[in-house]
Amino acid sequence: MTPSVIKLSASPEDHRIARLAAFAIGLSLAEAALPSPLPGVKPGLANIITLLVLQRFGWRAAVWVSLLRVVAGSLLLGSFLTPGFILSFFGALASLIVLGFACKLPGNFFGPVSHSILAAFAHIAAQLGVVFFWLIPHAGVLYLAPLFAAAALFFGIVNGLVAARLLDESIPAPQTALT
Amino acid sequence: MNLGLDFKTGDWLTMLAGVVLVTYLFFATWDGSKGASLIIRSGGKIVAQTDLSQNKDFEISGPLGMTLITVNNHRVRVARDPSPRQHCVRQGWLTRAGDSALCLPNQISVELLGATKLYDSLSY
Repeated sequence: MTPSVIKLSASPEDHRIARLAAFAIGLSLAEAALPSPLPGVKPGLANIITLLVLQRFGWRAAVWVSLLRVVAGSLLLGSFLTPGFILSFFGALASLIVLGFACKLPGNFFGPVSHSILAAFAHIAAQLGVVFFWLIPHAGVLYLAPLFAAAALFFGIVNGLVAARLLDESIPAPQTALT
Repeated sequence: MNLGLDFKTGDWLTMLAGVVLVTYLFFATWDGSKGASLIIRSGGKIVAQTDLSQNKDFEISGPLGMTLITVNNHRVRVARDPSPRQHCVRQGWLTRAGDSALCLPNQISVELLGATKLYDSLSY
């Protein structure tokens, strides 16, 4: 029997997206090892990559990187198709939709920090929505909303600042594979 | 040390909007949703249903004896109950919509309802 050879031709852009998604997956995995004071409150470090990609390579690339990160990250953590994965997926989806609008905002006025905060709020809003309408339809879930929103604001700002710093051309940084 | 924080003008606005939103959420969810009326059930059947605006005592008899439920100042509590562990009595005053106290051995429950009925984990 002759082994059939399937040849996939990958464009340089495919390679770039794969590389960036790998960065994001790495951050997701590192973050999964961090203890969290409240289930669901996580820094979302991988979103820094999404913000960078959005700024450098546009929204389509950001969608690819973000969703690849969610799917591949969940495969690595063994949470694919679990409720945790569904939450990540809808959070990422909502963030991406909001980012699609946010990146249309005037760039000299609204930077990555704005993008990050807006995306973080969209993320947590979508997750709370899924939790409330699918997992736990109890008013108690909504009592947690302010805490999650506060965490989203805080980590949104931090991630945005990190992304803005990494994007700042004036700071000489070791050029990584992001170029 | 220059932290070199890369805030732009609009970012401050976004941040401010975020702070306003978070503050609003704190007030909207942690302060509101007061109970408006109460339902008392005995053995699963509704035996009393009233609003919280008037202070009143309810004496409901169950299999073990009499349970006293007191409404006072828009709050409700199980004041006396014959159950051995007294969980429902120790719960103290209930104020929020969705709060409930169960006196299981005596099969009596009191539940607070808000303006709109939300799901609770008991019926779900």
